Amino acid sequence: MEMTRRDLLSQCSKLLVLTATAARALEQAGNAPAPGDTYHMADHWWGMIIDIDKCIGCGNCVRACSQENQVPAGYFRTWVERYQVTEDRDHPLVESPDGAINGFPPTTRPGVKSFFVPKLCNHCADSPCTQVCPVGATFISPDGVVLIDPEYCLGCRYCIQACPYGCRYYHPEKDIADKCTLCYHRITKGLTTACCEACPTGARQLVDLKNPKDPVHAFLRDHKVQVLKPQMATGAKIFYNDLDGSVR
Amino acid sequence: MNRFLRDSGHLARPALVLVAGLAVFLVVRGAVIPKNFGKYGHYRPAALDLIRQHPAAFAGQDQCLACHDEQAKTRASGKHAHVACEACHGPQAPHAADFVNVKPALPDVAALCARCHENDAAKPKNFPQVVTAEHSGGVVCNTCHQPHNPHL
Ligand code: HEC
Ligand code: HEC
Ligand code: HEC
Ligand code: HEC
Repeated sequence: MEMTRRDLLSQCSKLLVLTATAARALEQAGNAPAPGDTYHMADHWWGMIIDIDKCIGCGNCVRACSQENQVPAGYFRTWVERYQVTEDRDHPLVESPDGAINGFPPTTRPGVKSFFVPKLCNHCADSPCTQVCPVGATFISPDGVVLIDPEYCLGCRYCIQACPYGCRYYHPEKDIADKCTLCYHRITKGLTTACCEACPTGARQLVDLKNPKDPVHAFLRDHKVQVLKPQMATGAKIFYNDLDGSVR
Repeated sequence: MNRFLRDSGHLARPALVLVAGLAVFLVVRGAVIPKNFGKYGHYRPAALDLIRQHPAAFAGQDQCLACHDEQAKTRASGKHAHVACEACHGPQAPHAADFVNVKPALPDVAALCARCHENDAAKPKNFPQVVTAEHSGGVVCNTCHQPHNPHL
């Protein structure tokens, strides 16, 4: 058979289109969600806004988290710190009695600059904890939530050491690493997180950075926000409004 | 040809060991690596479903509003309009799912109000705060304030 260069190119391009279509179809079939499930991971990228100016330190978030996720007593997936900053900015007084699960006793040093800082897993886009896991038990989901596979974790504690924010703990009964899931079981069903649900002032707000209608975009445009330890380049997705420089 | 076979005989045995070793490796690997591992990344995709199965303890505001019209109306007209029902009443998903059998315990008013409103220098200046001991004269808050609409 005689084949011109033109024929060859045309045949090849047809083949290319065919393979691409086949690959696409396969991919679609592989990613098809379970029937009845309208949640598409690819459409979301979760984070949170924490507005220091609104936090009253009531501890509702800590209690709610604990109740929602059966966090063992004495351990915290989220907690609130109270900062009292004197002229010695490098050594603020930081308290968090019992993670602030019952709020705070009144300040001991009135007249000093003071404020509350709620903390939780920063759901880093480049998280150090997932990089050190030797078995792939901790990972970043396609919708941007750092999770732990409870059935696959060995309990080696590398990730607990690696987290620069101290957000992980060793679960005393399950013998695995444990941490905030950003209430993955809730946000994938259209609910907000337990901490955001229980927050009375709107100081904590779950945000979806991929949703163009989310008020987060206006908030990030209009406010001067900061993440914790930006020098670590972790890609943290918990954005703090009006965060004081003394916060570590 | 014969000579070739004879000379390379010593290669056949290591080759056999190699092939056997490879087979064992592949079998073990297939047995140990979980199904679909690596579909989205270096982890088990089944973990996502496992984590999603966790039951919710907080039903969410919308559910309460569907049944509790009266409290919803009272609350909407007062300063607690943006305080969610479960911020005060605690997790009520079991009640929302089965209100006949699960009756929520009412909150302990003395501790509840103080947790949010007790005066503290660290609270934002514009948040209404009282020194509860002085303010209430020892009386529970809801003798004067209505929790769902605290304005007198
Ligand atoms: C399906 C309807 C329904 C939903 C949803 C619902 N409730 Fe109720 N709730 C009731 C009914 C009916 C009663 C009255 C039960 C009774 O008096 O025995 C009640 C009673 C209560 C009481 C008072 C108990 C008492 O001692 O008087 C509280 C508090 C309450 N609900 C809170 C909530 C909260 C918070 C939510 C949201 C998570 C909620 N309910 C969701 C139907 C509902
Ligand atoms: C600021 C805290 C707070 C919020 C927010 C709140 N409640 Fe209450 N609620 C209370 C307290 C405290 C009582 C108990 C009053 C008492 O003991 O007399 C109560 C009592 C009730 C009762 C019992 C009947 C009654 O009216 O006394 C129902 C039902 C109820 N709440 C439903 C709701 C629902 C539904 C919402 C959300 C729309 C809601 N509450 C929001 C604090 C709150
Ligand atoms: C979970 C936190 C929370 C609890 C519990 C709570 N409140 Fe409030 N309260 C708030 C918030 C938030 C506001 C609105 C503040 C604002 O408008 O800036 C508010 C407003 C008020 C106001 C209105 C103040 C004003 O500016 O006029 C009063 C009065 C009040 N609460 C009394 C109570 C009483 C009494 C209780 C106990 C039954 C109570 N609160 C329980 C969060 C709470
Ligand atoms: C003896 C009646 C009485 C009792 C009991 C009472 N209050 Fe008040 N409260 C008032 C009056 C009167 C006001 C001022 C009128 C208003 O703002 O509505 C007020 C105002 C407030 C305010 C608003 C303060 C501000 O700066 O705007 C808060 C918050 C408050 N009360 C919380 C509480 C809490 C918490 C308790 C329970 C420890 C409580 N109250 C008990 C009568 C009472």
